[in-house]
Amino acid sequence: MKTNDVIIQFTAKLVFFMIFFYAVHIFFAGHYTPGGGFVGGLVTASAIVLLIVAFDLKTVQTILPINYIYMVASGLILALGTAAISMFAGKPFFTHYFDYYNLPILGKTSLHTAALFDLGVYLVVVGVTMTIIQTIGEDE
Amino acid sequence: MTILANVLVVFLILCGLLFLVVAAIGLIRLPDLYTRAHAASKSSTLGVMCILLGVFFHFWLNENHFNPTILLGILFLFITGPVGAHIMSRSSYIAGVKPWAGTGRDDLKPEIERMKKEQNLK
Repeated sequence: MKTNDVIIQFTAKLVFFMIFFYAVHIFFAGHYTPGGGFVGGLVTASAIVLLIVAFDLKTVQTILPINYIYMVASGLILALGTAAISMFAGKPFFTHYFDYYNLPILGKTSLHTAALFDLGVYLVVVGVTMTIIQTIGEDE
Repeated sequence: MTILANVLVVFLILCGLLFLVVAAIGLIRLPDLYTRAHAASKSSTLGVMCILLGVFFHFWLNENHFNPTILLGILFLFITGPVGAHIMSRSSYIAGVKPWAGTGRDDLKPEIERMKKEQNLK
């Protein structure tokens, strides 16, 4: 029976942004506090799954037109590329670099190439989770 | 100052524990799914919110650490707890769980029948 889903749809719209921005927070806080790419990716995937539960697969695919398999591929390329940067500089594979910069609004910030590697992990985790859930959900 | 802060923290956490115990007793003693959902959703949401607020004040006043994540958690629970209970009890009504025998009034039944008739089911 088709029913009226106003309450869960409105709540999902509201809560999606809370979960997504919390995932971004976890991702960026991963260096100094618990968190990081893996947990952030899982939380992002769960936010998208919440949208899928509240609406349906086709609607969410029109809202977020992402091919998650390409997302996995780009995450792997990013992680490998970050690891390979140091090889061009004559250092061993996976040597990371960091430095302090004075950014306009944020002030003194330390930028580290490990964050790029973490971004790769994040993309892979979101892509794999969403691919699994989409392929299971699409079966009819 | 520390004593006042500790009194506030202990009061909030005790309040939260009391509400959680009430929720658990309600889950055992109430007769059907809907009254249990009523007990579990409201009382435990308020209980967990009280405990989180107590933890927040403990870390803010005693440890000098302002943690906005806990406030976000309180807001999140406040939004999602009742919605979860609503979705669960409505889906069990549609799946055919009967309310308690002493229920006098059932406003959802004619509405569900009207929706079924509109969509030509049964």
